[in-house]
Amino acid sequence: MAEVIHPLEVIEEIPAEGLLGKVMEKKNAGMRLSQACAVYNEGKYELSYSFADDTTYEYVTLRIVIDPETVIPSITDIVPQAVFYENEMKELFGVKIEMIRLDYQNKLYRIEKETPFKEEG
Amino acid sequence: MKKRSIIPFGPQHPVLPEPIHIDLVIEDETVVEAIPSVGFIHRGLEKLVEKRDFNQMAYVAERICGICSFQHGMGYCEAVEHIFGVEVPDRAKYLRTIWAELGRMHSHLLWLGLLADGFGYENLFYQCWRVREKVLDLQELTSGGRLIFSVNKVGGVIRDIPADQQRTILSTLDEVEQELYAIRDTFFEDYSVLSRLKGVGIITKEQAHDLGCAGPFARASGISTDMRKLGYAAYGDLDFEPITSNDGDSFARCYCRMQEVFQSIDLLRQAISKMPQDNELAVAVKGNPDGECFMRVEQPRGEAVYYVKANGKPNLVRMRVRTPTFANLPGLCEMLKNTQLADVGLLVLTIDPCVSCTER
Amino acid sequence: MAVLKYASEAILNLFRPPVTTSYPAAPIEYPDGARGHIEITIDECIGCGMCVRCCPCGTLSVDRNAGTWSINRFDCIACGYCVEKCPKKCLHMIEGYQTPDAAKGEVTYTKSPEVLEAERKKREEAAAKAAAAKAAAVAKAAEKAAEN
Repeated sequence: MAEVIHPLEVIEEIPAEGLLGKVMEKKNAGMRLSQACAVYNEGKYELSYSFADDTTYEYVTLRIVIDPETVIPSITDIVPQAVFYENEMKELFGVKIEMIRLDYQNKLYRIEKETPFKEEG
Repeated sequence: MKKRSIIPFGPQHPVLPEPIHIDLVIEDETVVEAIPSVGFIHRGLEKLVEKRDFNQMAYVAERICGICSFQHGMGYCEAVEHIFGVEVPDRAKYLRTIWAELGRMHSHLLWLGLLADGFGYENLFYQCWRVREKVLDLQELTSGGRLIFSVNKVGGVIRDIPADQQRTILSTLDEVEQELYAIRDTFFEDYSVLSRLKGVGIITKEQAHDLGCAGPFARASGISTDMRKLGYAAYGDLDFEPITSNDGDSFARCYCRMQEVFQSIDLLRQAISKMPQDNELAVAVKGNPDGECFMRVEQPRGEAVYYVKANGKPNLVRMRVRTPTFANLPGLCEMLKNTQLADVGLLVLTIDPCVSCTER
Repeated sequence: MAVLKYASEAILNLFRPPVTTSYPAAPIEYPDGARGHIEITIDECIGCGMCVRCCPCGTLSVDRNAGTWSINRFDCIACGYCVEKCPKKCLHMIEGYQTPDAAKGEVTYTKSPEVLEAERKKREEAAAKAAAAKAAAVAKAAEKAAEN
């Protein structure tokens, strides 16, 4: 019988200002960015940055809830591979992210509509 | 300073029918920078959650990708089941494992064939795809579909694999294994294969970790991570260890995938021998989901993350799929640096890109 | 050394029959569990519309009064969800795939005249019964009002 790992899977809610510090903390703890995504729900953005540990399979999600007008900093200076995730959030949801290292200027996906995932219905 | 020029690669290119475009900045024949761009076939499948209820989404999720379609459906269903807190019947878990491993076999054989075609070994390409055809026939026999199975639903599966079909699977696996030995020897020993793959496109363990690589791409660089260890479906009852290599070059990636085909054969035998004999295939799911869940499954190409958020209505608020190729793209760009232009096509292939699922 | 590894294979291939079949000249062999297309035993259908509501791609339509069931076979993804959901189990997956055509089109199935006639009678009877019940209720209410 193989050993089954039951890792810790948590969602930590943090304020938008604390994002960079927390990301730095996770990176220094040896975790990799597994995914980042946005949800537009009831007039607010919920951004999730998930970090995974390759040996313990631990999965920590940083969650920030912001208004559509709030500008948040890019984490690409700390975690370079976040460019695609951040460009996706920016293009599909219209999340205001500044200083992305490789900004595709809303041309990551070739779509007709602007921020199609922002409106409901 | 040498003269730099930019060569566009793709979206239509000779190695594989996937619309990925890469701007290659080259000095003489050496690539110094690669800027990828995707997005030619964005379908907005995630947006469909507003129009389709959570049961119908199981069929939409399957159509994210044509190669790992079963695993997409399974990941989505497991995520929704996790929100409901229902336990799938044991037999359904084993059936899911069997279909998932058949899918992994055919995906890896497809890739191995394409790889052989990529470095110009047509004969080996035909051999791989001839064996793959037998796996596809098994899939059609057991599920009714060659690639898209439509056997998953929230709460279980809708089809059973009866005893006679299990015997067919086992006997076909024996044949496939025998034929694979010859193919494996060719891949591991042949001069023309080794000269194209050894030492090309090296990604070190540190780089792979920093760039967030997943799946066989990361395992070939020595990161021993395999989401099947989380024990979803019936993987908790089966005995296996992730296959890793320390070289991190193209040959290591070929090695890992080839060995994983044999691992899948072993897992299929284990699953069929351990499958419980009850008749229940699915549990009824009542009401609508409420909550959120991150679900990780190991697809042929690597770790896929499903995020499902629901608020007690039939339609989900958000379904997000992070496919393995999305995570491997940064690794690809890093790998292309300081390689020869002639190797680019092959190197793009070695991460097993699936751009259609990347863009969803 | 892997020189001439496939030589035996190549020689054997000279004497082997072809792996492919000459479809469509030769008939196609379907495996046991093949997923083909949807068929309906239309006379058993009660027109509840469950299949229409559950279809992920909106390919079905049902007219209860006219007794028809239509499917646009070119939109159907053969997922089998309607077969699973049908309360009367009158939908089936039959082997044989959709053949290509120059134009997309709907196929409409209509119930046989006898069944339609029987259903119409049943509906009329039910309507008459309902009307009678309603009339009785009205009369009873009037009686009660008169008593008070």
